[in-house]
Amino acid sequence: MTGRRALGIVIIAACLAPALRLAWQAAFGDLGANPIEAVEHATGAWALRLVLATLAVTPLRRLAGWQAIAKQRRTLGLFAFAYVVAHFFTWSVLDNELEWASIVEDIAKRPFVTVGFTAFVLLIPLAATSTRASIKRLGKRWVKLHRLVYVAAALGVLHFFWLVKKDLRPPLVYAVVLAVLLGLRIWWRYSKSRSSTVRRPSARAFSIARSQSPRTAFDSGTATRSDVLNPDRPRT
Amino acid sequence: MAHLLRFLRTSDVRTREITDRDVYLRRREFLTGAAAIAGAALIPGCSRDNGSATAAEPAEPDTLTPKEKATAYNNFYEFGTDKTDPAEYAGSLRTRPWTIAVEGEVAKPGTIGIEDVLTAFPRQERVYRLRCVEAWSMVIPWMGFPLGDFLKRFEPTSRAKYVQFETLVDPSQMPGQKRDVLEWPYREGLRIDEAMHPLAIFATGFYGGDLANQNGAPLRLVVPWKYGFKSIKSIVKVRLVEQLPYTTWAASAPDEYGFYANVNPDVDHPRWSQRKERRIGDISKRATLPFNGYAAEVASLYAGMDLRKNL
Repeated sequence: MTGRRALGIVIIAACLAPALRLAWQAAFGDLGANPIEAVEHATGAWALRLVLATLAVTPLRRLAGWQAIAKQRRTLGLFAFAYVVAHFFTWSVLDNELEWASIVEDIAKRPFVTVGFTAFVLLIPLAATSTRASIKRLGKRWVKLHRLVYVAAALGVLHFFWLVKKDLRPPLVYAVVLAVLLGLRIWWRYSKSRSSTVRRPSARAFSIARSQSPRTAFDSGTATRSDVLNPDRPRT
Repeated sequence: MAHLLRFLRTSDVRTREITDRDVYLRRREFLTGAAAIAGAALIPGCSRDNGSATAAEPAEPDTLTPKEKATAYNNFYEFGTDKTDPAEYAGSLRTRPWTIAVEGEVAKPGTIGIEDVLTAFPRQERVYRLRCVEAWSMVIPWMGFPLGDFLKRFEPTSRAKYVQFETLVDPSQMPGQKRDVLEWPYREGLRIDEAMHPLAIFATGFYGGDLANQNGAPLRLVVPWKYGFKSIKSIVKVRLVEQLPYTTWAASAPDEYGFYANVNPDVDHPRWSQRKERRIGDISKRATLPFNGYAAEVASLYAGMDLRKNL
């Protein structure tokens, strides 16, 4: 078994573990006094954790030099989406018992539900365009489209913040992690544009697309279709 | 009669411990035995004909919440903000010796030890619904006595318009107090007529025994027609005052509820609807009743008040 394949299996197992644990607890009546709430909170927390894990891939590769992790980003992203879907169904089916009036009222009237639901909706096109074919078809637009994950992650953290009653520490932990992950990207952009002679970002994107490594270009949204499909292509 | 309550002498407790049938309470059996009738005389409305109330009655029966759930799922921030924290950390609370100071607008201020409380005020069993502001609920067989009996012993003056209660502050026993999640001590309050209402009790026990620490041992308030946070736990101080007292949640989250916090399905919490609740142990939700089903007894306390404004 190759190292990459082994890593893939480890990632899948790690992503499945929380779901298996919940299933195990549900089967043995071990979800506590309020099992629906327990599932709702667990799926929500894992959705958020995996979104952040997805966003951590690029920093891990660039800062720690862990190249192999890049191949696992799609797996992490799709599992994150799966937990979001599970969270949404727990809330709408088990908690709200498919009462559309109260579901719609919650989404419309309660900001923490509004932002959570918005994050879910934003992730749908990302999950739908996660295939190689989509990457190929959308090209540069794929990269732009998938920047929606930044917005979804921020809304997810906000969803958690606005939900908690008093103890802000748990959502704060997520917020700090997200701030670091997004801050790095802003820093990379900022430091790049300082070193670049071209001031306007759109023009800069075109001008440096050919000169930088495909991966860097991919991160900054300037990758071409073939860069995305062949991230391991040697530096030109 | 749309309420659920039962009065028993302490000595009667064993009868309800013996069978599941007894655990399965039906609303219409809210009074049991001769002792119950004596207790019922205290409750305005208890002897009323119940024919007209049928339409408003809950469709589902009220079943006692198993003790292992009532002791495992608690909000008691003094021990942490997770529902399971109180069960995990409340063991460090020392409930003996324990004294309760009564001060303010009373003719006879003083301090009373918990042992004296237990001998001075005979315990009755009261099976009450407990509705948390978080839209879950339980049915708990408390052991306690009317709060009014306790207050009268200290002779409130005519200026005693409100009662304020305080929980113990001791971070070494209550590890959650090491953080300023709320402003300690936890404080709650009632208007004097609410406090004197026969349904408002001080509980010292439940399920036929003493209170578990996570449920507010050794002495807590139980006001069944208000959201659970009003029913302050592990009380060390009772203060009778003339002005509306500071209450913890009203001060810390003024956008949510005010001083009254009566259960009201028609007024939403800012973050969720209060129309329904999940009874712990149930999968599907049930309708929340005005005043948690005790409207016949307590609604008159609020005659003329706009309950949409006086939250």
